[in-house]
Amino acid sequence: MSLGASGMVFQMIFANPLVEPGFLGVSQGAAFGASLSIIFLGNNAWLVQGFAALFAFLGLAFSYLLAHKIRFGGWILRLILAGISVSALFAAGIGILKYIADPLNQLPEITFWLLGGLWGVTWSRLFTILPIVLAGLVIISLRRWRLNLLALSDETAFSLGAAPAQERALLLASAVASTAAVISVCGVVSWIGLIVPHLARRSFGVNTRFSLPGAMLIGAIFTVLCDDCARTLLAAEVPLGILTSLIGATFFLILMISKSRRIQE
Amino acid sequence: MLISFRKVTFSYQPLNKRVLHNLSFGIDQGSVTAILGPNGVGKTTLLYITLGWLKPQEGEIFLDNRPLHNYSQRERGRWMSLVPQKEHIPFEYSLTEYVMLGRAPYLKPLEMPGKEDYRIAVDSLEAVGLKKIRDKSITALSGGERQLLLMARALAQQPQILLLDEPTSHLDLKNKKRIISILKDQVLRGVTVLLTTHEPEVASSLADKLVLMREGQVLTEGPADEVFTGDLLSETYGLKVRIVEIEGKRVALWI
Repeated sequence: MSLGASGMVFQMIFANPLVEPGFLGVSQGAAFGASLSIIFLGNNAWLVQGFAALFAFLGLAFSYLLAHKIRFGGWILRLILAGISVSALFAAGIGILKYIADPLNQLPEITFWLLGGLWGVTWSRLFTILPIVLAGLVIISLRRWRLNLLALSDETAFSLGAAPAQERALLLASAVASTAAVISVCGVVSWIGLIVPHLARRSFGVNTRFSLPGAMLIGAIFTVLCDDCARTLLAAEVPLGILTSLIGATFFLILMISKSRRIQE
Repeated sequence: MLISFRKVTFSYQPLNKRVLHNLSFGIDQGSVTAILGPNGVGKTTLLYITLGWLKPQEGEIFLDNRPLHNYSQRERGRWMSLVPQKEHIPFEYSLTEYVMLGRAPYLKPLEMPGKEDYRIAVDSLEAVGLKKIRDKSITALSGGERQLLLMARALAQQPQILLLDEPTSHLDLKNKKRIISILKDQVLRGVTVLLTTHEPEVASSLADKLVLMREGQVLTEGPADEVFTGDLLSETYGLKVRIVEIEGKRVALWI
């Protein structure tokens, strides 16, 4: 739910349907933080969670600062470029950590975390992240119509009485906060943030007034369905991230193909 | 005087490239002012400064005898609307949904547009002649219809001042005429219009006042029939221009 809504926020703000919450170094940052804590601080749930959230925000902050330093291109292009480089750096960092990890108990832990899953989510853990997730989602939901404005160019949004920079920052921070919180308990569950907004726009129209709640709904259903499959398909539980990627990417391909056919007509 | 520019100087940072230098002129309520000048002379910049999007390093702009920077964002959104040269719309909105965005300055931060806003949006679409296809997706529009759509969004803002950046470029003759008649209609309702254009004919058939710009400064300004002369246009564009009269209309020709 949270990932679906965040994905929608990201895609609207960057006016680009191929963006997802992992873009600004958030997901990779969280993954790096979690791996770091697993290796050096032991596998304590609270520590892993805290580190994941911390590094998710560091990833965002780093991308943001880097984007400020880039000397060419528009602001959004710079943010995206910065996000890609920061993600790549964190990914390399994860590579190193995996290499030095103890292959018997640390490495499987990291791998499972990177693939994501809901099996580690207990009620008590859920309650620890609930305030952040709720706050983020409430802010996003209340301001959802204005997201439409932010998908327009800066000067047009400004001419419509919006303050594009501040409003984007607020919504982006809410989206990152709720994403980071979710990632910190269930690991990197990929593709939901990308595929769900597409499905939501398909079913509810592009107006974020309707498509944003739609994205939350579809995100929740999609995740629970995938998780059910993950638990029942094989005797042992398949990591959720693998399934969401598999199903998400397949869905995405189908969407793209059917879309191009419609344009040709 | 509704808008007045007082010694406005603007440079793009960080390159410190000066675009406007010590620019002063005024715009009357209910008038149409056209800014003419070569590419890169700062016409679009001037529009953005009027909008408040860009802030001049020196000088000030007064809107209704109050400094522009004293207006809140939303107030400004109700005063002025912008029709940009081009607008990239990344998602497939319906025409009405898109035009409804023009209601933003009238809505509280957490409010969604209501019935009244919908009615105004449909009226704006009617004013530009797109009412029939209002539920279609904007991807189905031609270039000319897209320009009309931008205009409808600006009208839905119910502005007192319309800022238009080359509203008739990329349009065929029929659509050009349509835009001109929509603007004339708005002026009759008391709207003040400021536009930039590369087409002297559009300027002369619409504007009460012309502002000719050269190298970031006002070369000359005044009533359209006084300024629209071969000599002044030649000086503005740096090539020989003559004015020919055909059926009561004055047309600029370059030689």
